[in-house]
Amino acid sequence: MTATTVSNSGSANEPLSIDAVSKGAFDFDMRAALTSGLILALSLVFIALCGIPEGLNERLLIKPVLSLGYLSLLWLPLLFGWLSGNETVLEGMVATKKGARDIVRGLFVGLIGGLGLSLLTVLMDAFDLRDPLVNWSPATEEVLQFSRSIGFGVIAWPVLGAILGAFGAALHVMPEKIRKAVMAGLGTVLSFAIFATFIVDVADFLDDLLYARRGGLKWGWAIALFVIGAGASFLGGGRKISEMKSSYQAATGPAKRQQTTTLILLSLAALIIIPLITGKITQELFANIGIFLLLALGLNIVVGLAGILDLGYVAFFAVGGYTTAVLTSPNRGPDFEGFPTLPWWGALLVTIIIAGLVGLFIGAPVIRMRGDYLAIVTLGFGEIIRLLFLSDWLNGWFNGAQGITNVPPADFGFFSVKGTDPRSVFYLVLFFAAISIYVSWRLERSRLGRAWMAIREDESVAEAMGINTVNMKLMAFVVGAVLASFSGAIFAAKVGSIFPTSFLILVSVIILVVVIVGGMGNIMGIIVGSVVLIGVLGGPKQPGLLAEFSEYKLLIYGALLVVMMLKRPEGLVPNARRSRELHQDEFLQDAWLKGEVDTDDDMVDPSTGGEGTVAPA
Amino acid sequence: MKKLFSILSVLLAFTLVAAACGSDATDVVDAGTDAVEDAVDGDDDAMEDDAMEDGEHLGDGSLGVVTVEAGDEIQIRSLEAISGDVAFLGLPNQRGTQQAVEDYGQIHGFDVTSGTGLDDLCSADGGQAAAQTIVADEQVIGVIGTSCSGAATAAAPLISEAGMVMISASNTSPALTSDQQGNAGENYNEGYYRTAHNDLFQGAAMAEFVFNDLGLTTAAAIHDGDPYTEGLASAFTNSFEELGGTVTGFTAVAKEDTDMTPVLTEIAAGSPEALFFPIFQPAGDFIADQAPGVSGLENTMLLAADGLLVDGYLELEASEGMHFSGPDTRFGENKNQSTGVSANEFLATYEENNGQAPEAPFWGHAYDATALLLDAIDAASWLDGDNLMIDRAGVREFLNGVRGYEGIIGTINCDDFGDCGSQKITIIQHLDSGDIEGSKANVVFEYAP
Amino acid sequence: MTTAIRAKGAAKTNVDKFLTLLRVLLIGAISVGLLAFIAQQIDPGNAFAKWTHDGQEANRLTGEQFKGLIVSGLSQGAMYGLIALGYSMVYGVLGFINFAHGEVFMVGAFTGFIMSNKFDEAGLWEGGAFIPTVLFTVLIATLIATGLAVLMERVAYRPLRGSPRLIPLITSIGVSFFIQNAVILLFGAGAKSYPPNPDWLQDDWILGIEGVKIVVIIVAAISMAGLWYFVERTKTGKAMRAVAEDKEIASLMGINVNRTIVTTFAVGGAMAGIGGMLWGLLFRSVIATTGFLPGIKAFTAAVVGGVGNLGGAMAGGVALGGAESLAPLTLLEPLGISGVSQLRDAVSFVLLILVLLIKPTGLFGERLSSDDRA
Repeated sequence: MTATTVSNSGSANEPLSIDAVSKGAFDFDMRAALTSGLILALSLVFIALCGIPEGLNERLLIKPVLSLGYLSLLWLPLLFGWLSGNETVLEGMVATKKGARDIVRGLFVGLIGGLGLSLLTVLMDAFDLRDPLVNWSPATEEVLQFSRSIGFGVIAWPVLGAILGAFGAALHVMPEKIRKAVMAGLGTVLSFAIFATFIVDVADFLDDLLYARRGGLKWGWAIALFVIGAGASFLGGGRKISEMKSSYQAATGPAKRQQTTTLILLSLAALIIIPLITGKITQELFANIGIFLLLALGLNIVVGLAGILDLGYVAFFAVGGYTTAVLTSPNRGPDFEGFPTLPWWGALLVTIIIAGLVGLFIGAPVIRMRGDYLAIVTLGFGEIIRLLFLSDWLNGWFNGAQGITNVPPADFGFFSVKGTDPRSVFYLVLFFAAISIYVSWRLERSRLGRAWMAIREDESVAEAMGINTVNMKLMAFVVGAVLASFSGAIFAAKVGSIFPTSFLILVSVIILVVVIVGGMGNIMGIIVGSVVLIGVLGGPKQPGLLAEFSEYKLLIYGALLVVMMLKRPEGLVPNARRSRELHQDEFLQDAWLKGEVDTDDDMVDPSTGGEGTVAPA
Repeated sequence: MKKLFSILSVLLAFTLVAAACGSDATDVVDAGTDAVEDAVDGDDDAMEDDAMEDGEHLGDGSLGVVTVEAGDEIQIRSLEAISGDVAFLGLPNQRGTQQAVEDYGQIHGFDVTSGTGLDDLCSADGGQAAAQTIVADEQVIGVIGTSCSGAATAAAPLISEAGMVMISASNTSPALTSDQQGNAGENYNEGYYRTAHNDLFQGAAMAEFVFNDLGLTTAAAIHDGDPYTEGLASAFTNSFEELGGTVTGFTAVAKEDTDMTPVLTEIAAGSPEALFFPIFQPAGDFIADQAPGVSGLENTMLLAADGLLVDGYLELEASEGMHFSGPDTRFGENKNQSTGVSANEFLATYEENNGQAPEAPFWGHAYDATALLLDAIDAASWLDGDNLMIDRAGVREFLNGVRGYEGIIGTINCDDFGDCGSQKITIIQHLDSGDIEGSKANVVFEYAP
Repeated sequence: MTTAIRAKGAAKTNVDKFLTLLRVLLIGAISVGLLAFIAQQIDPGNAFAKWTHDGQEANRLTGEQFKGLIVSGLSQGAMYGLIALGYSMVYGVLGFINFAHGEVFMVGAFTGFIMSNKFDEAGLWEGGAFIPTVLFTVLIATLIATGLAVLMERVAYRPLRGSPRLIPLITSIGVSFFIQNAVILLFGAGAKSYPPNPDWLQDDWILGIEGVKIVVIIVAAISMAGLWYFVERTKTGKAMRAVAEDKEIASLMGINVNRTIVTTFAVGGAMAGIGGMLWGLLFRSVIATTGFLPGIKAFTAAVVGGVGNLGGAMAGGVALGGAESLAPLTLLEPLGISGVSQLRDAVSFVLLILVLLIKPTGLFGERLSSDDRA
């Protein structure tokens, strides 16, 4: 039913000029556009029924106009409009010229999507399905009707959808310079709106200037920011940055090393200074990012370098946390009666040893298994360890369900790290993150690291090359376990108490998402992944900048994992060698089309491909 | 221009005060005629307070003074478990807080807001992270929460250090307050209060009931790995042994378990006469459902605690005949003295707003906690020009001194370690899954220390 | 790290030694537990029992209780088996673990919940209308579960065919997470109750076993038989086996590989749907996380029975269900471990590890294509 109304309005008298392209403005694959429109409509209805628009409606982005709730719906038509104009440009083919046709198609797709929401608005008014669907509620209905009337909602959604869809598609048509400017403008406005808490926390004086009292950018400023962002991009601000980037990438030898050192020192200095001037929210955020960064770095060694999919990685985090708690807290299980409590750093040494042993113990039985069996068995180990900490059986050691409370702060004499002072936690985390990054970086370039990568690429070949795969994989487990135990130890001091509920399977999965979204096997990627995911969406129990997302976080994590695997398995910041493994076919195809099938080396990205001398491929 | 502005703002403040008095009165009229008198009294107080410009207020300023600028709202927060499988516990608390804020009206002409409800995720790390967000906003005076004791363990130190106060409606762990003998608990922090009972007594009450009233000498207990249920189950078995009974089994299930035959068989092997399982839904459903089918448990008395004292559970036929321990929830016509709203009026509004009755029994505790906090703010604040000044130390001083406060949950007295709730435990017998209210009122045992 | 490389020869045997030790320890612990159990069945006051139970006598299980454990293990195991069939088939044909298969099962159970409640309101969940209503509900639950499985294949797995084997596995974790949380957001996080079954279904039928448990076991057996017939005796089944053996050659033989794979997912989904509905009838409660652990355990069951082997999957399910039900009381409790039921999930994972350590191909052997055996 929807389909017919739509195709009528689509094919009838659209007042757009058609003569821009040789083909007519309506001469596009109607079926594909219809499918895409229906998918859009379904996605929008799904989001609405999940209660996301209603739940996020309180958070205003731009004072009277736009809330996060509406944004959660509106970005989709834009994206679909853009995608509808996308086409895979194959090597050796000329891309078709973009024109009015694309805009009409985008408009059409957006229109169908909007009609989906109109239909939902009408149905919500007519039927009561609140019994199974919890969000079939008056509150959702009100959001869908823009707090006005049903008629308004029914008309507004298709119109909005069509405009956004057309706009999304129009991005293809615009000259590149204008497109970039528009994107930069939108990006600036949205970043200022979304990261409000962070920005206010860093620069207090902006609060009254930019933002309305407890909510949203003032709309005047929203326009101003758009103009500033767009203007900066138009005048070439973006180009400077990319020039700098490419000149950095092009540099080689000592010049590059020098630049790298400067860059590292600068960012380190920035990280030390920023928490001094910001409020507690930012400090807490940084501390949380750091704790998960440590975990992700460890998992990166196991999954990213050695290619072992460990789904029970949380076990090592738990072991780190519990060992530290047991050794430092006076409130541990009664069986430790008489055993002296250690200071935090003393406990850390024991923690490292124990975590390493647990890594060996868990690693030994699983390393010979097939990759996917290994995943399930490690997941099982993760659960077993949590159950042991929880169990009445080992109650005497770990206090079972009651957890271990009163874990003292980590005291270094001049400086004490405790949960009430997130800044101190951050500095401690920073210290360990620096160590972990250095270790990962050195390992990646060591003989061990190359052995791991060889195993990841092809285990049998690696074995045939004389690599002791068993030992190498065990080593990965141990290193990963030790890095995770750092995080656990800090976590214990930070939270001040340790309960088994902090170590659910969920934690393993979230760390995995961080590693995958960031880019497996790439340290920079892991950092980006932690900052983007933990910083914005939040950790398993820690809110991110978008604290309102906490209910929808896991849904988004699940969706992200799927989308990344389908569209960009190498992650946001890909590792050159890894992405070559993943896109082997495409690389070969491209090479074949270019007639260069015999040389394999020129596919390596010059930025990171310098060290590509590992396994004799 | 400037002059015009200041005249306008004075006018605005004036109209706000007037509007507040007006709206207070109308609210209460809606709520019920017999509440009018109280409300009028309350209004008189408010007027007097307004009159005293920088007059007396509680507090010595030692924890700092918060300035609420004219036109702004007084900030308090709600921190409850509002997502996941414990949402049934936290949501009624959060809504209770919201309703109390609405009913209470203005303080010295200033509106109060509880902001967006925060989530403690029923865990230590969740509680800490949320508390960190709360203390970052220096305008916040106090927090109503948390739902779970584990979350409070990590959140209370932060709130306490920031000079704020925290009043929980459903934390029951003795470690958070005291052992009622004058010894502070391991996790006691200043500025922590609660209107819920201290769990020292619930287990004891159940044990006494089983041993003395029912005359049973063997019993077993099951918990689900939650600190609350584990604490309660072991308190029960300890007291039961002290009374001279025999504990034939103490074991645990996993929260996600569905097939309870193995665990029930384990219990059945000891053939207890009573089985206490102070856990939550859905695991509690399966135990009640499957226990009669396990050989050796056919005639065992099934007992549970407030975690299962929820409508969704009492509706099950399998729960008929069970006994439940819990806080005394016979609120009847108890009224909160600050808002004049009675338990029944509260419930009527609640159902109207949320389409269902509260699922857990602590909504009254949350309501009273909020009203107490607002009273404390009222007592510790004064007007400074157009601004409202609130003395953080005064808020604590008020709460420490609460004696004989009449709330929905009964008379509230705060002791030195923040225990404000009534320590009365009642045990009800559930007879008919068709008459839940009747069962809730069917008290067969009362316990007061 | 260099020492690790140098010490290659010796270290390899070290790992082997450790694994041998682990095998011996696990089997030893099981034997001791079993012996202790037998001993305390004969004499609850024997010295070992007193030692492990802090000087108290152990509890003896009655025959009736033992039977209860076995029946509950069987019915739980039958459900694991039904889910395991889907895992096993997909693994056999595509060579990857569809982590999200447990969610298909959960969606089946959820559909059953929604429909049964609506029927209950209409008064159709009792009396003479009960049986046709249940059959109809099962049909719809199965259809929805099948649809979900097929959709999953189309959206998430088909584009990944041919990529490294861990990629679809990771994708399926994402799918599992997504579905689980979508159900939470759409239908709420709380537990949902099925309406009560009619009394005759809850009564004891034979040997004092509840009717509903017997129904579960019988339906599982029938589904299993039907599936066996489908795979072994029909043309589509033959195509499936051919694709499992070698996709390329199968396509050269004129088999539509895509369609066969979709059929595999569909059949697996149908089994999970039936399983979900049976779950609903048996436990009368469903929650969004219902599918996760049973899903993983079903995979365990598939591995225990031998992946790709349909009979093995069913047998593995029953073995796992039985172990979960019996092991805590017959192996762990006699060793003086307290709160054994809490460790039930640990038991199933230890069983998985044990099987993989001792007989990595499962109890009944695997049937996989050659490149999956790597």
